[in-house]
Order: sequence, then structure tokens, then C-alpha cells
Amino acid sequence: METIITVLVGVLVMVAVYLLLSRNFLRIILGSAILSHAIHLLLLAMGGLKEGNAPLISEEGSVYSDALPQALILTAIVISFAVTAFLLVLAYRIYRDTGADNLDSMRRDFDD
Amino acid sequence: MTNVLVLPLLVPLLTAVVLIFFRESLVIQRLLSVLAAAGSAAAGIYLLLRVQSEGIVRLDFGGWEPPYGILFVGDSFALLLVSAASVVTALILIFAFSTIGERFEKMYVYPLMLFLLAGVNGSFLTGDIFNLFVCFEVMLLASYALLVLGGRKVQLQEAFTYVTINVLASWFFLLGIAYLYGAAGTLNMAHLAVRVADSGHDPILTVISLIFLIVFSLKAGLLLYFWLPGSYSAPPAAVAALFGALLTKVGIYAMIRLFTLVFTGAPGLTGSIIAVMAGLTLIGGSIGALSSRDIRQIISYNVVIAVGFILVGLAAGNEAALSGSIYYVLHDMVVKAMLFLAGGLMITLTGKTKIGEMSGLLRNYPALGWLFFAAMLSLTGIPPFSGFIGKVLLGEGLIGAEMYVLLTLAFASSLFVLYSLLRIFLNCFMGESIIGPEEQTPLRKRTLLPVAILGVLTLAIGIGADWLAPFVNDAAAGLADPNVYIEAVLGSGGTADR
Repeated sequence: METIITVLVGVLVMVAVYLLLSRNFLRIILGSAILSHAIHLLLLAMGGLKEGNAPLISEEGSVYSDALPQALILTAIVISFAVTAFLLVLAYRIYRDTGADNLDSMRRDFDD
Repeated sequence: MTNVLVLPLLVPLLTAVVLIFFRESLVIQRLLSVLAAAGSAAAGIYLLLRVQSEGIVRLDFGGWEPPYGILFVGDSFALLLVSAASVVTALILIFAFSTIGERFEKMYVYPLMLFLLAGVNGSFLTGDIFNLFVCFEVMLLASYALLVLGGRKVQLQEAFTYVTINVLASWFFLLGIAYLYGAAGTLNMAHLAVRVADSGHDPILTVISLIFLIVFSLKAGLLLYFWLPGSYSAPPAAVAALFGALLTKVGIYAMIRLFTLVFTGAPGLTGSIIAVMAGLTLIGGSIGALSSRDIRQIISYNVVIAVGFILVGLAAGNEAALSGSIYYVLHDMVVKAMLFLAGGLMITLTGKTKIGEMSGLLRNYPALGWLFFAAMLSLTGIPPFSGFIGKVLLGEGLIGAEMYVLLTLAFASSLFVLYSLLRIFLNCFMGESIIGPEEQTPLRKRTLLPVAILGVLTLAIGIGADWLAPFVNDAAAGLADPNVYIEAVLGSGGTADR
């Protein structure tokens, strides 16, 4: 199971890198959002995936899921949400003020 | 009573939240914000004094004993930085009162500055690596908002680069944390140190340490500083001063903390990589500072040079070099704030930004000119100013570690610092005055006061180096011997149940 998740993380990182290397604002922002999700999945996989067990140490059983990665991911998702929201507003504001929707036209506008 | 340890984070944070509700009342905004920064400074200094007699203090949130819960750890290194950061923030706030303008004041500039301070203090104090990530984000989100506040085109454009780079670095930080958790199974920094040492410094852990190195290099501006000069010269003077004084220092702190406490195993590899990066940073920063004509750019490149200089001490890694680095971080916080404020004043008073466009300012504003001169001397490391003692100790440490190339680079960089700032001084302050006495914009005393206090502080750190020495030595000793920190967190028995 961990292997499949790791491959999925790899695919997501690939997509994210492709998007981040483009010049369009929206693609860059989507790229950063996808990268964050890839890393959240990785965090989950790093904690070890076990099926069907509550994150409790029961009296007799010794098999349990690690709850910590989930707490970490929850925090990271909130942060990623805030940052993505900020970036979207920033991109919109740049578009409204300068009419630029990608790095090339922003730079040209800046040089003038 | 270790609850005091949370105050440097909590006081600015809560005050900032309260201030959001008093948007229209400038008096409350100003009064509470400066009180909050001063309060956090007082808590920092109080704890610093206490740590000298009692040893490292820690606060386990919710009573969860380490390694299970999140905790704050106050050792001399962290508390020195907390105190310095809070004092500098308070002075920058006072400067902002008379310069930043009502439009900014009503757009939550003070709450944002306090959020930034809360994030910075939290990063210094935390003993948990995930909590470090969270505090970094608190600080960075505040800095994003401060950078775009005012909404000038150049700010928006620089902000996009700055935010993207930092977001990317943050995700890599999280990636490093994920790997570290997978490899070591803990996030408590002291516990990590024990686990990493126990594993016999697994190669995987060295790879993870390199991920952290890249992350903190991006945040601190070590070699990966390409985003720094642009974004530090875009916002108004008070905000730029706050960035220049605090932001890179947090990256530097995290790097020093992690590489002296947790990843101590492969000093040959990481040490030499840091050494090369620091050397290149010194060269690149010097070239940038010489090639630029914009005052703000020159000052921003001086931030880069300082980052290289401080981390040279980490590369050498012995106690003398580390205490040199600590002195230099403290000194740099004060003097960079002073330099950014003085440079910002020059720009607001003349309305020009390039060094060829102004001249003879010394006639119009003698006090400002001599304060700038003092900041320059201090950065170059002329006694009795504060840069001197840091440079001497760092030099001693480098000779001890037999790193002569770095030693040469570090001290040559001082010359470039001197030259780049002297160029500003000679071009802008000396020469024919171009502004007549009747048409000059008046410079109010209360605007200049914070700059003057910063000047007094740099002089005090230089002259009172003996008085500061016990704290710095304690901090350096703690960094040189990670067991002090580990025992304070896990207890002497804590090392037994690994």
C-alpha cells in the first residue's frame, strides 16, 4: 500500500513541477497547491499505512494507526489553504493593476 | 513559573488580534503595539537572566512530557535572539509611528508587524520541528501581507516572486519533516538528536539533512538569495527594516540549531557544503553591493553578506566561531535595522533612490548623516562598535579550525561592506548641498530617535561586550555540546529510554 501511495506522490510531484515551471500565474498557483497535496500524502505514508485500525492503543492489541501524521496534515492543509488563497488574491490584484497574467508580461510591465 | 516562556509568542499574538478590532483608533494601535513588543522583550530578558542561574527552562504544553507533546525550550541562544528581536521590533514600531502614514496604520500594519514578531519568537523558542514549521508560516504569512501592503506595482510584482519561492521552500520543509518522521519516528528536536545519534548517522539522515539545508538556505538567503534584494527594497522603510533585521535571522537560527543539535553526524560533508555556500554568498553579496546604484539594493545586498558571514561560523563549528556568530547575529539585527531606517529616511527626505541623485545631505541632516556613518563603522567592525567583537571571535574560531580561505573571504567582505556603504556616504552626504535650507523637508526628532537608540545599542553591545559575554558564552557552549540541550529536554534519565 505504501508503495502505491509513494508512486502517486511521485506522479503528483511531477505534475506540480511541470506546472511550477510554466509562466502563467494560475498554473504556478495550482502547481504549488498540488505539490502541497503530494507532500501531505507523503506524510501520511511516512507514518505507515495500516488498514482498519483506530489510532488507539487498545488493551490487548498492539496494531494501531499512527495518529500524528494526520494531525500534522491537518495543520499543513490549513496553512496551504491560507497561502493558496493569498497567492490567488495577489495574482488577481496584479492582473487588475497591470493586466499581466503571466511572469513575462509582468516583467515587461515592470521594466517600462 | 516557566509559563513566562510562552509570553514572547503569546503577547504579540493576542495584542495583534485585539488591535484588529481597533482599526480606527490610532492611539490604541500605537500604544498597544509598542507595549506588546516591549513586553515580549521584557519576558525575553527576564528569562535570559533566569537561565543563567537555573539552566535551560522548558514549557511542556498541556503537561505532555517530552518527547510526546509540543514544547518550548528557552536556552541562552534562543532567548538572546528573542530579546534582541523584540527590542528591535519595538524601535521599528516607534519609527513607523511617524513615517508610515495613516493609510498604512489603518490597514493593520501594526497587527501584522506583531504577528511577524510572534512567528519569529515562536521559531526561536520552539523545541519541536513541526512547530518550527508552523511558526515559520505564521511569520511568513505576516511578511507576505506586509510586503504587499500599500499595493504599489513594484511591491505586487516582487511579492509574487517572494511568496512563490517561500511557499515552495515551505513545502520542501514539510517534505523534510515527513522524511525525518519516517526515518526517526519523532519530531521533538532533542529526541531527534538522540535518535539520529543512535542510528549511527544513517546516510538517509544525511540526505534529509541536505533537504533541510536547502530549505533554510532559501529562507536565510544563504547562496539562494536571488529573491532577497528585490523583495527587501520594495516595501516602506519600517517594513523593510523589520525584514532585514528579523527574517533572514530566523533561517540562520534554524540552520544553526539543527546542524549543531540534530545533524551533527556528518560534519565533514554538511560542514564543507555550508562552508562553500557561505563563501559564495560572501562573494555574490559583495559583487551585488558594489554593482548596484540603488540605496535600498545596496543595503539589501549587505544583508546577504552578513548571512554569509554569520554562517561561516557554523561551518567552522567550534565554540569560538559559534560565539562569534552569536555576537554577530545580535549585532546584525540592531545595525541592519538602523541601516534600513537611515536609508529609508534618505529616500523619503529626498524622494530619490539612486546614489547619484542626491548630494550634500550632511549639511541638511547632520544627525542622520553621522548615524549612517556610525552604522557603517559598526558593520565594518571598527571598535568600539558591536561588529568588532563578533569579527574577532569569528576570526579566532576560523584560525582554530584552519579555514584560511573562508577567513580571507570573510574579512575581505568587510572591506566590500565598507566600500559599498562609503560610496553611499560620500555620494549622498558629502559634496555640494542640492537642497536649500528653506526647501528641505523637516526631519522630526521623534523620527530620528529610534535610529539614534539603535546607534546607542550598537555602541553598547560593542562597549559592554564583557557584560554580554557570559550570556553569549553560555549560548555557544550549549551549541557546541548538544547534550546540554538534550538533557534539559529529556532529563538525564531521558537518554536511557531511547
